[in-house]
Amino acid sequence: MINWQVILSIAKTHLVSKRKQTITAGLGVTFGIGAYITLVCFMTGLNGMLDSLILDQTPHIHIFNEIEPSQVQPLEQKFKEALTQVHSVRPKQRKKNIHNAFPLIQNLTNNSDVMAALPQVNTQIFYVSGAIELGGNLTGMLPNEEVTYFNFDKYIISGTSQALENIPNSILLGVGIAEKMSLSVGDRVQISTANGTVQPLKIVGLFQSGIAEIDNVFSFSTVKTVQQLLGEPKSYITDINVKLFDMEKAFTLSRKLEKQHNLKAIDIKTANAQFETGTTIRNLITYSVSITLLIVAGFGIYNILNMLIYEKMNDIAILKATGFSGRDVQYIFMSQAIIIGILGGCLGLVLGFLLSLAIDNTPFDTQALPTITTYPVNHDPVFYIIGIVFALIATFFAGYLPARKARKIDPVQIIRGQ
Amino acid sequence: METVLHTKNIDKYFRNPVPFHVLKNINLSVKKGEFASIMGKSGCGKSTLLYILSTMDRDYEGELFINEDLITGQDGDTLSRIRNEHIGFVFQFHYLLSEFTVLENVMLPAKKLARKSYEEITHDAMEKLRMLNIDHLATKRASRVSGGEKQRIAIARALINDPTIIMGDEPTGNLDSYNADNVLDIFRQLSDEQGLSLLIVTHDTEFASKTDRIITMSDGRIIS
Ligand SMILES: Nc1ncnc2c1ncn2[C@@H]1O[C@H](COP(=O)(O)OP(=O)(O)OP(=O)(O)O)[C@@H](O)[C@H]1O
Ligand SMILES: [Mg+2]
Repeated sequence: MINWQVILSIAKTHLVSKRKQTITAGLGVTFGIGAYITLVCFMTGLNGMLDSLILDQTPHIHIFNEIEPSQVQPLEQKFKEALTQVHSVRPKQRKKNIHNAFPLIQNLTNNSDVMAALPQVNTQIFYVSGAIELGGNLTGMLPNEEVTYFNFDKYIISGTSQALENIPNSILLGVGIAEKMSLSVGDRVQISTANGTVQPLKIVGLFQSGIAEIDNVFSFSTVKTVQQLLGEPKSYITDINVKLFDMEKAFTLSRKLEKQHNLKAIDIKTANAQFETGTTIRNLITYSVSITLLIVAGFGIYNILNMLIYEKMNDIAILKATGFSGRDVQYIFMSQAIIIGILGGCLGLVLGFLLSLAIDNTPFDTQALPTITTYPVNHDPVFYIIGIVFALIATFFAGYLPARKARKIDPVQIIRGQ
Repeated sequence: METVLHTKNIDKYFRNPVPFHVLKNINLSVKKGEFASIMGKSGCGKSTLLYILSTMDRDYEGELFINEDLITGQDGDTLSRIRNEHIGFVFQFHYLLSEFTVLENVMLPAKKLARKSYEEITHDAMEKLRMLNIDHLATKRASRVSGGEKQRIAIARALINDPTIIMGDEPTGNLDSYNADNVLDIFRQLSDEQGLSLLIVTHDTEFASKTDRIITMSDGRIIS
């Protein structure tokens, strides 16, 4: 039978009388766990921010019609058996739009994996203001749906996407273009298309994505406006953006779509492969640094407990001579390690919380990310649970080995040694 | 009269550094209420025998009985319990837990045994301290009392669970004659008044002469 009351009272007395060592060992755990919490909250906050920066706006599958040379040239069709060679193959003149786009969208919307499939019309244009003419890209889309599914309004810095819907012939301009052409909300900008049409559009808002290449080139309008601008019918759609309920299904579905419809369908993982790697590496760094810190803290406890056991050889011999079993002695030292782990670990959680709170409130001003004012921190309670569990596991193992040694100490040897 | 402790043909060998037959065919018994002493030249094996009798050393041949129960061959946990319940050990060097108070030191074996409530244990411990005239030290830290006092505290601790037998390995060896006499008187009194059995190793002939029986050892054997 194990008498925990006695064991814990002995452990407590040892810890209290060796206050300095106890505090040193405890602080090791505190800093280890504190650093882990701070790091992991900050890093995942950062990851989350970058995720939302790219992933929120990126469709899970992007369907478009890529212009590429025909796989089979007419010459080859005629002389099937012959060895033919065609130099300087050119793509055939054809439209960029997706054939039968609306039936495809309907089809996708009916798919139970698909959350939304939104049509877009993309076209090359020139922004004309007085003598200046800037090349750019105009995207016609469904403003309300884009806001709902791709957080489109997150990057609108003045005006609203709603106005785009309400005011006919309106445009949302990238800040880069607005600055270059000294335009602001309420002004008009002349848009000239590749086939020569020139049409003034009213600026109802500006957006800033933080990526200069986008802000200097892109602007948005409704599908209808762009179709009219191009003189194309209502069925003219160049891109379909698909959002799924489960991002992981993007790859398989995109492969299927390509095969069935003879279209290009790029899934998010393929489009952002380098981004995925960045997240993985940041996580790797976070965890390797945290684990290193905890291992160092664990070695601290291991050392201090080892020392304590050398100092307490006599106590161990007396306890055993007066009837405490080897297991009692082992539990006495194990409890010391675990008490250090619990106290140090809890303090570490508090320290980590305070540090990440401090980071959370540190101003973070960057041109690139207009909606973010302080450093991003992810206060997920799961990290705190992992932290305390890790502290307990680390201290358990750090205490286990020395405590086992204490269990095996032969009291006769100690008593003879006097 | 019933015996509290006896042995049958105990032999012990040390293997390191050279094979050494340290105890040879030890047959010994202590009766209830008997105050026995063990004498013999240095190195004849007295301490070695006492460690076996106190169940701390399990590496021997032969059989050991306490209260007619066979002890030999029991597992470590059982031996710990037997030691806790039946044997009070007093060392030559005052072995106390220096960070605990005097009272806590005396109470620990009883807390481990957990047969009584804390209040009862505290009360009993104070009683033992009072009997040994050291009750005024109860709340002092064990590291802050004198050698003679420490030895009396160790005796109080050995008595706390009302053991079957008290064993001592030169308990007076480190004390001046005044304190040595004091400890002898305490043992004598415990034996006479409370019928306690004692088995004490000593080098002091005067001490031994006041015990009920002297067991003499020589070269690993009991010779008388
Ligand atoms: N761990 C050991 N390994 C080998 N030999 C040992 C060991 N412990 C003791 N001995 C030897 O065993 C013999 C008996 O030792 P023990 O300590 O029992 O003697 P003792 O009678 O108690 O002597 P003293 O009166 O000096 O205390 C001695 O010769 C000693 O050298
Ligand atoms: Mg000896």
